[in-house]
Amino acid sequence: MSIFNFFRPPPRKSVAEEAKERLQIVLAHERAAGSSPDYLPILQRELLAVIAKYVQIDEKKVEVSFERGGDYSTLEVNIELPPPSNDKAARARGTGPVTGGDAKKPPAAAAKRA
Amino acid sequence: MAKVIVMTSGKGGVGKTTSSAAFATGLALRGFKTVVIDFDVGLRNLDLIMGCERRVVFDFVNVINGEAKLNQALIKDKRVENLYILPTSQTRDKDALTKEGVEKILDELRKDFDYILCDSPAGIEKGALMALYFADHAIIVTNPEVSSVRDSDRILGVLASKSRRAELNQEPVQEHLLLTRYDPERVERGDMLKVDDVLEILAIPLLGVVPESTAVLRASNIGMPVTLDEKSNANQAYTDAVARFLGDTVEHRFMKPEKKGFFERFLRRTA
Ligand SMILES: Nc1ncnc2c1ncn2[C@@H]1O[C@H](COP(=O)(O)OP(=O)(O)OP(=O)(O)O)[C@@H](O)[C@H]1O
Ligand SMILES: [Mg+2]
Repeated sequence: MSIFNFFRPPPRKSVAEEAKERLQIVLAHERAAGSSPDYLPILQRELLAVIAKYVQIDEKKVEVSFERGGDYSTLEVNIELPPPSNDKAARARGTGPVTGGDAKKPPAAAAKRA
Repeated sequence: MAKVIVMTSGKGGVGKTTSSAAFATGLALRGFKTVVIDFDVGLRNLDLIMGCERRVVFDFVNVINGEAKLNQALIKDKRVENLYILPTSQTRDKDALTKEGVEKILDELRKDFDYILCDSPAGIEKGALMALYFADHAIIVTNPEVSSVRDSDRILGVLASKSRRAELNQEPVQEHLLLTRYDPERVERGDMLKVDDVLEILAIPLLGVVPESTAVLRASNIGMPVTLDEKSNANQAYTDAVARFLGDTVEHRFMKPEKKGFFERFLRRTA
């Protein structure tokens, strides 16, 4: 060690160490997922369908991000809701109430889903 | 019993063809009757690396289609006894290789050869699947670099699920890691993944480490498998790997930077 090292910032992870960590994380996920289809697109579609039952949403104002971590992963869904005035207008037109819908469906449909 | 070996990687350009030529030559030099088959349909290259490009008349696909006999398509190496090359076709037809066709040829080769080495194309699509389907052994060619390691992991998954041995629930394909283009100096500096890192991640036995070497380009330029370049360290690395494959115990080399004299080190710094 030369005296110059004294003034250097504390040693950081080497590039190779970082490469190894990144590989371990991504491979752990890929191995677990195997060849099964990625459920994220379906999850996103179904989530939006549920929310759309209650509020009007603009598909372009939806952001979905997914981040894999070593110990846990996070799924972040960001939906920009319309301003309150729109909401009122919707209710005035009679599209607001959330009753009806599912409740009126014949029991056969529910049985099929189960 | 003849053994089928596939040289595969997932990722392109990591050294499969170089290693196939070197490994096949090494096996033949050890006295085993060996044939190396180019599975990269449409991108024929093994012939150039083996230096027999001017002797190709018929190819693998001609034989599958019954347009030529197997022994008309096989090219006997002029330098090494016991070494044969089966070149691929330049056709653009992706469906030129069929499982039935490949199986028929391999069965015929099995009667006559000790080792059948399949040089796989890159990717995990049809061509690569054909090359690995009938394998008894798989040599996974990997560079110490993130995308290569990741793709090697994927191809290991494919071997474990889509090879014939997997489909028939037989003993799994035997896996071997061949780490190529290794640069011990960059590893020392912490810029490149170490052998141990790659081994820990892929968790398969190490067959050999081939250093980054100028001899490889030189050998390919003159159409000579690097295993015939007596002085090169790449040759020694491949020869060691072949010996390990055949069951010899050979210590690993080329994993540490070569010791340099003061003058050389000085030159490198100022370069
Ligand atoms: N140990 C090495 N040292 C230096 N260069 C090398 C080494 N091994 C391979 N190369 C070079 O890397 C390049 C790619 O090699 P090669 O064609 O064998 O790869 P490949 O995996 O067969 O590629 P493809 O996926 O396109 O079939 C060539 O230019 C070759 O000379
Ligand atoms: Mg190749």
